[in-house]
Amino acid sequence: MEERVGEVIEASTVAFTAQCYELYCLPPLGSLVSTRQGEVELYGIVHHAATGSLEPGRRPIARGRDEASEEDIYRSSPQLLKLLQSEFCALVVGHREGGEMRHYLPPQPARIHGFVYLCGPEEVREFSQSFGFLNLLLNAHLQTPPDELVAASLRRMGLAREDRHDFLVRAGRELALLIGDFNQLKSILGRLR
Amino acid sequence: MTQKLGTVVSGSVDGGVDVRLDAPVSVEDMAVGRYVTIEGQKQRFFGMITDVGLAVTDQQVSQSPPDLSDPFIAEVLAGTSTYGTLHVLPMLTIGGDAGLLEGPQPVKTIPSHFSLVNLASDEDMEMVFGKEDKERYWIGNPLDMETRLCLNLEEFVKRSNGIFGKSGTGKTFLTRILLIGMLQKSKAVNLIFDMHNEYGWEGSSEGSTHKVKALKQLFPSKVAVFTLDEENSRRRGVSTDFVVRIGFDEIEPEDMVLLRQTLNLTDQAIGAIYQMRRRFGKGWIESTLEMRDTEETRQLLRDLSIHESTFDNLRRGLEKVRRLPFIEPHVATDAVKSVLDYLGRGMNVVLEFGRHRDITAYILVANMLARRIYARYQERMEQAMAEDTTRPTPLVITIEEAHKFLNTEVATQTIFGTIAREMRKYNVTLLVIDQRPSGIDAEVMSQLGTKITCLLDNEKDVDSVLAGISGKSELKTVLSRLAAKQQALIFGHAVPMPVSFQPREYGTAESYRHFAPADAGQVDIEELWG
Repeated sequence: MEERVGEVIEASTVAFTAQCYELYCLPPLGSLVSTRQGEVELYGIVHHAATGSLEPGRRPIARGRDEASEEDIYRSSPQLLKLLQSEFCALVVGHREGGEMRHYLPPQPARIHGFVYLCGPEEVREFSQSFGFLNLLLNAHLQTPPDELVAASLRRMGLAREDRHDFLVRAGRELALLIGDFNQLKSILGRLR
Repeated sequence: MTQKLGTVVSGSVDGGVDVRLDAPVSVEDMAVGRYVTIEGQKQRFFGMITDVGLAVTDQQVSQSPPDLSDPFIAEVLAGTSTYGTLHVLPMLTIGGDAGLLEGPQPVKTIPSHFSLVNLASDEDMEMVFGKEDKERYWIGNPLDMETRLCLNLEEFVKRSNGIFGKSGTGKTFLTRILLIGMLQKSKAVNLIFDMHNEYGWEGSSEGSTHKVKALKQLFPSKVAVFTLDEENSRRRGVSTDFVVRIGFDEIEPEDMVLLRQTLNLTDQAIGAIYQMRRRFGKGWIESTLEMRDTEETRQLLRDLSIHESTFDNLRRGLEKVRRLPFIEPHVATDAVKSVLDYLGRGMNVVLEFGRHRDITAYILVANMLARRIYARYQERMEQAMAEDTTRPTPLVITIEEAHKFLNTEVATQTIFGTIAREMRKYNVTLLVIDQRPSGIDAEVMSQLGTKITCLLDNEKDVDSVLAGISGKSELKTVLSRLAAKQQALIFGHAVPMPVSFQPREYGTAESYRHFAPADAGQVDIEELWG
């Protein structure tokens, strides 16, 4: 079952940013999320997440000097849960239009306030039938190193599959063909377990 | 079943095509000399693997090899960053529009990029090498394949052919197999100069005491054994049909010329031979040998302007000939006539040399008989052409140690050189067996239609055997990889493309049954007696 994890607050052709409903309820790095744009279902891979102050000018301050545990801080200052927010960014890696899965960019970006769902195993399996998305991941200019992102996303997809080993081998072979730099390939393969 | 190996990635007609192996195919399963088909867009190509290689996509792979103890990494890299390559020499096009009508054609182009490469299936092999039938004869199996390699013997005997290979590589067995084939499937008759007594009656197999049957035992009604050494043949239990004796008066100067090297004769001595023949006529050898050191002799030599040392040289040579046991002053039987009689009746003749394995004897006898038989054939052929009657049965003459007859110095003078060059005009061809092909005159080599070669390791020999063939350097690789025994490479007129093969089994009771199925009614006496 799909699980709703947030709402789009910023969107472009290549990526969208979503805010979580609950503080710290972030989807893991590399997981596949989706949002709807009319008839089109957009798929993104979580490449970055951050938790910070709701207002850019107000930085949190240390409050735990007299508290016994970290949890107690939140208990004694319940407003914190409202003043802080968790956000994550997803790189758009494909879309589904008319029932057909496509591993390239959609015609339109995501809508603001579109609900963002964490894809269930079924959908992940369907999406990972083909590795067309790897090229988008490798060539994106992001804060997160592409090696980490590729490895994380493949690890996550592997978890949804029964043929995990075969899947990773197939993905590895695909990467070997895409990546000219052998050292980069080695570093990704090393992160796949 | 066809097995997909990979795809064509580059190439040229001259150099062959490079194939990138697919990931699941291991280079270790590939072998030089195996056959593949390439599915081009318009036609199918048939080719041979001439090289197997390893390649990497990035030089860093070889500079810092990955940790292959991790099976995952090994599995991913095999066939992607590291992959195998094949070098394939396309040789024929099969299938396609022209191919179906006319059979396999030599290649004039190469398959396009990324054409699929498959291992050749048995059907493909059959399309190329044919099935065993009335004219085609099974000589062996292509290496690592179950398919039968069949030779069109009707075509084969139309040209002179050669069998080469180092000593002990299986030339004799191969020759026996071919002779049996010719006996069964071609209309030609064979005359075999059997220097080591291996083709007529029992021969031995190397490395064991096991005796191997030969032609006369397998086809008693089709083979006649002639011998130069009756006693030896009797001791070996051979039933001979004719004992060959040669008379002094039969030897012509032309027969002596060939012996120049073996008898150590000088050029002047050769000249003297002709003068003696003119002077004394038919009995020239006896007359020359009987000349004593008298004033009369000296006068004669002065008249003929022969120097004394030349005369001594000649006499020493003739003495050596006289010492040959089968030479007699005068012989009543005519060996040439009876050989021709047998051949005319469609019988194959094996001439055993018994103990006279001396090269002088072999050269003298082979050359004498062949010269006369060839002359007779020539006459009969010309007569048949003039009168438009039946032509004489095609004749194949088998000679061993062929470089002694066909080396550069004597090839122009001996009858074998003539037969090899003039080929089939007179329905006579040669089957040349030799271990030093480099010793054979290049012109003769170039006229040989089909060449079969076992392992050769001398550079010069390899070069001379492969001279003039396209894809020579690739075939060189194949030839040098042949096993030391029972593997051979065949190429030339009778086969559509070069093929390395393992000759069919010879020497077991079962193999004999395969070879002579027609004579199945005749129960083997050995078997009767258990």
